[in-house]
Amino acid sequence: MAFPEPQPRKQELPRKLLRSLDCKQGAVRAVRFNVDGNYCLTCGSDKSLKLWSPMRGTLLKTYSGHGYEVLDADGSCDNSHLTSCGSDKTVILWDVATGQVIRKLRGHAGKVNCVRFNEEATVILSGSIDTSVRCWDTRSRQRDPIQILDEAKDGVSSLRVSEHEILTGSVDGRVRRYDLRMGQLHSDFVDSPVTCVCFSKDGQCTLSSSLDSTLRLLDKDTGELLGEYKGHKNSRYKLECCLTEKDTHVVSCSEDGSVYYWDLVQGSLSLSVSVGKGVVQSLSFHPTEPRLLTASEGSIQLWGEESLVMEEEEGEGPA
Amino acid sequence: MAASDSDSEDDFVTYGTPLEPLEEDEPLKKPIRLQDQTVKDEKGRFQRFHGAFTGGFSAGYFNTAGSKEGWAPSTFVSSRHQKAEKQIFKPEDFMDEEDLGEHGIAPKEIMTTDDFSSKAKDRIEEKARALAALSAPIPGATILEDLVAAAKISVGVQLLRKMGWKEGQGVGPRVKRKPQKQRPDTDMKFYGCPLPPESSDKSENEDDDDYAPENVTFAPKDIIPIDFTPKEGLHGLGYRGLDPKQALSGGLRRGHFNVFSVGSERTSSLLGDDKHRRNRKGGVLGQAFGVGALEEEDDDIYNTDSLSRYDTTLCEEEPGDGMYGWTAPQEYMKKKKGSDKDVSYVGKILEGFTLASIPAAPKKVYQPPELPRDYRPVHYFRPVLEAGSASDQVVQVLLASGGQMTQDSQQTGRHQMNAAQRRELLGETALQGPSSVFDLLSSKDKERIKELKQAAEEKQAAAAAAAAAAAAAAAAGRVSAQQGLSSRFQAPAVDEALSAWQNISVEAASAFKPFEKNPEKQGRYDEYITQLKQGRKDALESSMNQHMTEWERGRERDEFIRAAVLYKPNNSTLACRFTRGKHEEDADKVDVPRDQENDIDDKTAAVKMKMFGKLTRDSFEWHPDKLLCKRFNIPDPYPGSSSVGMPKVKRDKYSVFNFLTVPESTMPTAQGVKPELSAQSKPSTSENASKPSEPGRRSRWDVSAQEKEGKDPISQFLSLARNEAAAEKQGSPLTSNEPEPGQKEEPPIEEEEEESRPPMDLFKAIFACSSDDKSSSSEEDSEQEEEEQKKPEEDPGLRQTTEPPEEDPGLRQTTEPPVQETLPDTIQVTQPRTEDAPSTHSLKPSQDQRNNEEEFGPRLPPSIPTGQDRSLSVTPGSAVHEKHKKKCKEKHKAKKEHKHKKEKKQKKKHKKHKHKGKHKKKKVEESSSSTDDSDDSDMEDSLHGLSPGELLKRLKCLPLTKK
Repeated sequence: MAFPEPQPRKQELPRKLLRSLDCKQGAVRAVRFNVDGNYCLTCGSDKSLKLWSPMRGTLLKTYSGHGYEVLDADGSCDNSHLTSCGSDKTVILWDVATGQVIRKLRGHAGKVNCVRFNEEATVILSGSIDTSVRCWDTRSRQRDPIQILDEAKDGVSSLRVSEHEILTGSVDGRVRRYDLRMGQLHSDFVDSPVTCVCFSKDGQCTLSSSLDSTLRLLDKDTGELLGEYKGHKNSRYKLECCLTEKDTHVVSCSEDGSVYYWDLVQGSLSLSVSVGKGVVQSLSFHPTEPRLLTASEGSIQLWGEESLVMEEEEGEGPA
Repeated sequence: MAASDSDSEDDFVTYGTPLEPLEEDEPLKKPIRLQDQTVKDEKGRFQRFHGAFTGGFSAGYFNTAGSKEGWAPSTFVSSRHQKAEKQIFKPEDFMDEEDLGEHGIAPKEIMTTDDFSSKAKDRIEEKARALAALSAPIPGATILEDLVAAAKISVGVQLLRKMGWKEGQGVGPRVKRKPQKQRPDTDMKFYGCPLPPESSDKSENEDDDDYAPENVTFAPKDIIPIDFTPKEGLHGLGYRGLDPKQALSGGLRRGHFNVFSVGSERTSSLLGDDKHRRNRKGGVLGQAFGVGALEEEDDDIYNTDSLSRYDTTLCEEEPGDGMYGWTAPQEYMKKKKGSDKDVSYVGKILEGFTLASIPAAPKKVYQPPELPRDYRPVHYFRPVLEAGSASDQVVQVLLASGGQMTQDSQQTGRHQMNAAQRRELLGETALQGPSSVFDLLSSKDKERIKELKQAAEEKQAAAAAAAAAAAAAAAAGRVSAQQGLSSRFQAPAVDEALSAWQNISVEAASAFKPFEKNPEKQGRYDEYITQLKQGRKDALESSMNQHMTEWERGRERDEFIRAAVLYKPNNSTLACRFTRGKHEEDADKVDVPRDQENDIDDKTAAVKMKMFGKLTRDSFEWHPDKLLCKRFNIPDPYPGSSSVGMPKVKRDKYSVFNFLTVPESTMPTAQGVKPELSAQSKPSTSENASKPSEPGRRSRWDVSAQEKEGKDPISQFLSLARNEAAAEKQGSPLTSNEPEPGQKEEPPIEEEEEESRPPMDLFKAIFACSSDDKSSSSEEDSEQEEEEQKKPEEDPGLRQTTEPPEEDPGLRQTTEPPVQETLPDTIQVTQPRTEDAPSTHSLKPSQDQRNNEEEFGPRLPPSIPTGQDRSLSVTPGSAVHEKHKKKCKEKHKAKKEHKHKKEKKQKKKHKKHKHKGKHKKKKVEESSSSTDDSDDSDMEDSLHGLSPGELLKRLKCLPLTKK
């Protein structure tokens, strides 16, 4: 079965606010941990992309080059490149160290909602409201995408890539999984516009959140419903969800300014943490540690376990 | 003195050329001086001798590469049009003809290479070496060298050795050999002085005395069997000119008698001097004077006359002796007459065969017939007559005269036969395809058709009878004219048409309508065709309209016949071999995915019941790009396939249905017809559901809001109002001031169609204009953008577009609404802006440019929440945002900004009217900012500014729920 091993001790959830950072880049559209969880990226509505060290609370670099607000970003596996996308319909490949634009990929007909590297950062996949997912080659200088996945009937709101799969969530209420290895497309209908999809860490399940204020855990192979998580509020905005680092809990943003944790197996609400007044629009879970980054309005918050003690270097404390 | 002189002259033998007699008077001739002694080459050019050790003769032009005119180096020229050609020099380019000549360093001759040359070639070298060996201090040195030297055997010799040949043997089948005795003939004539006969003869005959057993075969002698000299000259075959030797020999016996066998001479000359050497053993050797080192050894002119050279007998010579020269065949023929055929001459006879004893009878040659005296070599073609057309007399005459006569059509060529006839001829079986559509019908249907047919025929017959009666009188008059007209077209054509259309299945008919433009005429033609099919001969006449003039009818008849013949349907046998093309390559076709995600209604129900799994899942074949697989480090799942993505099928390109987005045939999808959906789930929304055609197309994102609102009386009221507005709009063309929500009503038919994505160019057409400008906008640009965005806000009804602010509003009005109809809902423009009253808001122009323009999916949360202090925003970009989100009290400030920008834009407004204009602008702004995202306070403002209709007035009094 797809469920992870039951934990011997109670999983400690990141409930303590370790740090809150005002990003000073307008609304933070997305916040993302990098591949090892030491850094994070924030996508601002002021066209900038910023790289932070969230534990220290320092701004490391600002990447400017987008023509409109930045909507999503991702870091490559070797931390040498970043990719971001935005309302200017472009996808940009950045060099981390120099902050230069390596490539600006144009082709989407509308704003680009989501962007991901594949595992080896050889391909950038970007999903747009133009209903297409485009696969861009980072290894060649070709301007056109390798392939366009245009099966969605409505905008692509979310996108995940695993070793051999591409998972997309679309506003047409479907979660599509392109299996490259099998050469198949599986489309699961969830009836409500999908705002976010993600794989479980074990790669057996897909989690999707939709505008009916429901998260659904679906079996990847059969499409059966393994769990349903309700209680939060998500009816208007493109909010994100994720699983904790050990697949024990399901985490979701909410429009009421909180983050909700559900037990994955029982489906019961285990915790809800109030972040702020505004909508919590983006979150990112640390790949290995129980840490959570949330983005609400113009700031991001780092959450950790109760026991965790932060070394204070600079920056603001909890607002 | 004189006599003695003369005597002495006789006695002396003079050697050399005598000097010219010296004449005393003449001055002494000057000897040719050294510098005048010239050497000329073969062309008469002077050559200077430099001396043997300094390079020999001069070369070139005074030993230079130049000429008399000087040395002109080839100038290097290379231009764009004329590239310098690359010169590749060969050694020959630096040689003159002497070098290429026979004795030059690179003779241009075909020579055998060492591999293929025989050893006999370098005889001279051998000889020189032998001489050197004799004079060498150690006599055997060079011999040893020869022995040790690498064997160089020509290819031919190698091959022969492989076949078992040994040196000294002849080539050919092994033969039995009789010991040959050579008895000197006593009758022999001797010319010149006879030599002592003993020495050489004995040495030769020693070999012949060897004992040869009967059953032992020997290799043939090493001779050349036949000399295949090419025939030259114009002599006849086998002719040789008068041989002086033969002439000398006189006619001793009948025929020619050879003292010397010519063959042996030739053999010896061909084989080299082996025989000579053997012969040279005895007698006087001709080497008394020695032979120069590089000189060809002369023939032994003094030793030719040995006795062994004389043939003493003619007939006893052994057959394998090899004298197969030009005389040999005759000799053998004579010699062996009556006796056994000489097998060895013919070659090896195959086992089980013998040579024929009785020669084959010679072919009898007949004389050609004698031509009659009055023969003229001219061919006369006899007339060919058709069977029916010729009278008996003519036929008989023709037959009598041997003329041709074409027989019945059955016996004519295959082109006159149809497929069935040919099939019968060839004995093939008929194809199994249904010959007629009647075969496919059930018996009941057949009966029904038969009844119908009978009824129709009866009716027709009655009508025909009536018509005939009526037309009888008129017809009489017409007949002559008709005949005159009908004679214009050939009778055979009528028959042809008849035969063509008989036995044609119903389905094949009526496929082609030649007179489609004229329905009446087509009707008559159809009638004609049906009658043809029934096999009626009078089909043409009966199908004619009686009211037409003769001329018209004649013409129409002509046309009908021609059309019937031309558009004759395929024979059923032929037809079942072909099928109609299913995939036409057509420019009007477009690729659409083969598989569609369908039956959303079922799935919705399944989702409602939480029956995820098979019910909600669609799995399709999907082809990833090869490069994508490569980048993902995954083997291509479809290695042979070249297609990418979902399998595609062709469909009409310009069908409007391709641009429609309603995915379902029967079903209200989640997108288009929300009320029905909500009706399914919530009975309370029955009002909504009862409206069959909801005008607005809304995004899927409205789902939850809509459902929520179902209970809300306000929303019902609003949707009602919206319907009215939409109906109004439908009736009249769009005007600029109309409060058009940007949502055109979809015709209900569209919902019947399958959903498919519009082609990419549609998106491009919409989005292309501004994409580039936007992407590079800097912060200053953003202000500019803002201004530009402001401007369209003044026409609230037209705020539909996602992008182009540069477009002037008027243009947008005209161009966009039709586009919208065809857009999928991804490009859905208006959005319900607030959670509580989405339909209301969708009527209103969208306000917040930054946020709203591209909000098609789930919106992004507002960057600054309502309650938040606006000091947070620092960057200009966010300032723009904020502006729209300000509360009423803060608006004043904002207005100033707005005004400031507006002034730039709206140039028509003069400064003296500034105050007034300002006031107006305020209003506009208020209205424009009314639909701010999630900003409830804006609602009040909107009421002032929104010009359109009572609908919005009503909005004014709506209680607004706060978030």
